[in-house]
Amino acid sequence: MIRAVTRRVVTGVAVLWAAATAAYLALLAAPGDIVDSIIGDGADTPQIRAEIISEWNLDRPAVVQYLDYLWRAAQGDLGRSYLLHRPVHDVIGGQILPTLKLAAAAAVFGVLLALILAVTTRHRWVRRASSTAELFLVSTPPFLIGIVLLSVFSFRFGIFPVSGDRGGAALVLPAITLGLPIAGVLAQVLRDGLDRALDEPFAVTARARGLRERAVLIRHALRHALMPAVTMLGWLSGVLLGGVVIIEQVFGRPGLGQVTLQAVGNGDMPVVLAVVVLAAVVFVVISTLADLAYLLIDPRLRRS
Amino acid sequence: MTLALPRPVARRLILRPPRPGIAAAAVVLALTLTAVVWPSLFAGDPLAADPLHVLEGPSAQHWFGTDQLGRDVFDRVVHGARHSLSIGVAATVIAVGAGILLGLCAGLTHKYADEVISRGFDALAAFPLVLLALLFIAIAGTGTTSLIVAIGVATLPHYARVVRAQTLIVRQAPYVTHAVAFGASRGRLVLRHVLPNVLGPIPVLAMIGLGEAILVAAGLSFLGLGPQPPSPEWGAMLSESRGYLHIAWWASVLPGAAVTATVISLTVIGRHLQSRFEGRHQ
Repeated sequence: MIRAVTRRVVTGVAVLWAAATAAYLALLAAPGDIVDSIIGDGADTPQIRAEIISEWNLDRPAVVQYLDYLWRAAQGDLGRSYLLHRPVHDVIGGQILPTLKLAAAAAVFGVLLALILAVTTRHRWVRRASSTAELFLVSTPPFLIGIVLLSVFSFRFGIFPVSGDRGGAALVLPAITLGLPIAGVLAQVLRDGLDRALDEPFAVTARARGLRERAVLIRHALRHALMPAVTMLGWLSGVLLGGVVIIEQVFGRPGLGQVTLQAVGNGDMPVVLAVVVLAAVVFVVISTLADLAYLLIDPRLRRS
Repeated sequence: MTLALPRPVARRLILRPPRPGIAAAAVVLALTLTAVVWPSLFAGDPLAADPLHVLEGPSAQHWFGTDQLGRDVFDRVVHGARHSLSIGVAATVIAVGAGILLGLCAGLTHKYADEVISRGFDALAAFPLVLLALLFIAIAGTGTTSLIVAIGVATLPHYARVVRAQTLIVRQAPYVTHAVAFGASRGRLVLRHVLPNVLGPIPVLAMIGLGEAILVAAGLSFLGLGPQPPSPEWGAMLSESRGYLHIAWWASVLPGAAVTATVISLTVIGRHLQSRFEGRHQ
């Protein structure tokens, strides 16, 4: 148990270090002068240049620059955006809430829908119809789903607002758009897991004890089917983080995605790098949670 | 144990007409490929604007309607096949090439090197593809090349993991041990004995992966990070016509539907081949 935790922590730190280093190397690799890359399209005065040189230690040896950057990153200080004249953590902190709301709502919707689809569509024809629908969801670009939902529910029927982030109603369509492809993938994984679990001897035993098929499915098979789905949590966090960039653009929502797009468009490197490091943090947190979830689902792992 | 073939295999050996879904996917794929190779067979000029017929709905003359500049949406979708597919194919070629190379390295080197490379694949596979592409574009500038390289790098773990797993099996095979005993050089061992035997599952994986690459490429060019207007790339068309969604759904929805149709048919045929292929190997 202690070994597993140590391994987990070491891997997590290594991933974070790798992400921070990759981000730093990216900054060095960007064409042109490093001061120019950090400024981006912001005001370019000798004062700001001097400020950047002292902040990033550009007048010191490369090793010192790198170590100092790591030290500051470890403390949560990711530099300043010279375009927005604010520290990067301010920029991100100010926009992270709408994105978190969207990601959480989409994840809950996607996972619930996948569970419902996988458990209720066991019968032949329903199952085939559901599988086809899932294939469509997985193969459709998310922005297309968003655009279709917008044109039907916002433009045609006027049920939901067209854009912005005011109130719960504005969250519905974006969360559905982001959640549907997730449901499509997870439902396939869960259905596969259920099929495999129902072929196991324990399912036969449970049926022989006189359990109804539904009880076998929910009380016995589902737990086994959840294991491969938990493995996909890391994938899920990636889809959510990447997806919000596109979905926020489709629905004109404020958030991290918009910040990132603007930063990329204006060459605001400190913000881009911070988002990359943040994505790595999310990955580490989620994969740690996934490991804990294994323990929760599978009692055999707790014993050993 | 009876000697009879397991039922699924026996059934497969009898030639049967393909299921309707697979047949439909094959037709869509054939049409898409024709559009890539010879777009003018079906469609006229994708850039010809007609200011008198702006945002007209689908009709006998304009099957998919016209867009905000009066360009024929059907013509643009057909010509867009070449743009969208070539990005997907180029990215997949990069991913497969680099994936095979790194997978072989991981499978053939020392335990610790393997561990480091494999954890690298894990991190890369989990990292949001869109963000990785954005990082590339922030460094190298907007453009189709950054887009292709970014998608290629982000999807290479798919292939690298499979090649690594296959390599670990193949390196233990008797024919490899024999080759070692006969004094084959390292290069010959890898190129002649290991490589050809680890590549089996790659073509089908690449087919399914191509669908994903096309999907992501469309998303990024929707954000304005790929081919620039007026080039008729599917994602770019969607983002160009998005502002007119409330009066002309066809100009944005139909190019998107082209992406869906292509990706679905690639996935359906890929999975079909995969299931047949696995059956033969087990």
